[in-house]
Amino acid sequence: MLYFENREIVTPGELLAEGNYIAGNNTYKDGSKIYASRLGLVEYEEHVVQVIALNTVYIPSVGDQVIGKIEDVSIFGWTVDINSPYKAILRATDALNKPFKQQKDELTSFLDIGDLIFAKIIAFDRTIDPILTIKEPGLGKITQGQLIKVPPAKIPRIIGRKASMINMLKRETKCKITVGQNGIVLISGSSPEHERLAIMAIEKIVREAHTSGLTDRIAEMIRKEKGEKQ
Amino acid sequence: MNEKVKLIDENGLRVDGRKPDELRPIKMEVGVLSNADGSAYIEQGKSKILVAVYGPRELHPRHLALPDRALLRCRYHMAPFSVEERKSPAPSRREIELSKVIKEALEPAIFLERFPRTSIDVFIEVLQADGGTRCAGTTAAALALADAGIPMRDLVVACAVGKVDGVLVLDLNDIEDKEGEADVPVAYMPNLGFVSLLQMDGMLTVEEFEQALNLAIKGCKQIYKLQKEALKAKYLAIKEEVEGCLQ
Repeated sequence: MLYFENREIVTPGELLAEGNYIAGNNTYKDGSKIYASRLGLVEYEEHVVQVIALNTVYIPSVGDQVIGKIEDVSIFGWTVDINSPYKAILRATDALNKPFKQQKDELTSFLDIGDLIFAKIIAFDRTIDPILTIKEPGLGKITQGQLIKVPPAKIPRIIGRKASMINMLKRETKCKITVGQNGIVLISGSSPEHERLAIMAIEKIVREAHTSGLTDRIAEMIRKEKGEKQ
Repeated sequence: MNEKVKLIDENGLRVDGRKPDELRPIKMEVGVLSNADGSAYIEQGKSKILVAVYGPRELHPRHLALPDRALLRCRYHMAPFSVEERKSPAPSRREIELSKVIKEALEPAIFLERFPRTSIDVFIEVLQADGGTRCAGTTAAALALADAGIPMRDLVVACAVGKVDGVLVLDLNDIEDKEGEADVPVAYMPNLGFVSLLQMDGMLTVEEFEQALNLAIKGCKQIYKLQKEALKAKYLAIKEEVEGCLQ
């Protein structure tokens, strides 16, 4: 027994389904009843009932790629702000490509307070703060581009189904777009005009994330903007 | 004392013309503050309240952190200009009590155990007070929490019932609260059917108390409908705007 239409907006506590269903994201189960636990769009798929949240804070998860800012330097590594309730730790051994010698290596010469990094979370659970690494290809210090902050719940929408949205954005704006799962997006393009266009598109995605036919609308908007400039 | 103020007239109507089981006009809005993670504004009769929610976020001071769940902190505060005679902005005995009581009314609705070692902060600012501010504050705080994307078992709605001139009345205003014989604020989780706040000031018989509680729950359910509408309105407006203009 389902109580809503697909993609209808639901509020916390609303009864979504009753019977033999599995409680997906942002829902909880009480007996055979499934309730929403967040404000969002309900999705019924096969036997899974889930809610796509409209707003959340970023809770780290192992394997996520995030953009962070160095907040402090200590003798063994750095603490990093990753736009989350939990401070992340980057150990020197996860950052340097050679064995770390405390006596010889000056950590601030690699990364200093205020530097931005693109990193991956390698460990996190309820008891420990997240631990980052920048030792994989594609990760490391960020040297150029513009950052924009978006609600972390909108990140899947910016990427789109099978990366359709982000690929379209990259193609149309000719910008390099790096998405951190923590709600920070790095945009670097060949000209400020391209970057402005990409930022405008992302802001529109965030505002209209819960509507349908968004990819087409964004593509149309970008083409229109480009047409006006030529 | 009651001989001077007549709270129920000969037609059975109250000082502001309402029937005994009628709510005051209520207006709610969500997402009114852009700095906060979640916010809500409520007008219930002449009471006007603004609520901001921050979190889950890093907890300071650190030693307050709980290893197994988030710490919910709540501040109920009345602006100095919220009442006729200037109220000192320092937290009074009453405000400290209400902060605690509202915190405890909201706590069972939130999945605090999902965010160990963090804090969720709720700021309830009363801009204009005309009775029922603890209830309106709780209702708006639940809205702001939902707007902040904090996982909740249910929304929390609150409403007061009182007895004035021997009649049970719903949603007291300031004069009914002060001159009446009893005041029973109730916070309720409508889908789960749980009562998370129940206080009583004054005297009621057992039968009256039962009737009062049922009346309060009836009022809560009416407010709950408005609460859901307010939460959805923020997103439905955008949806209509963009999907409407396509056709």
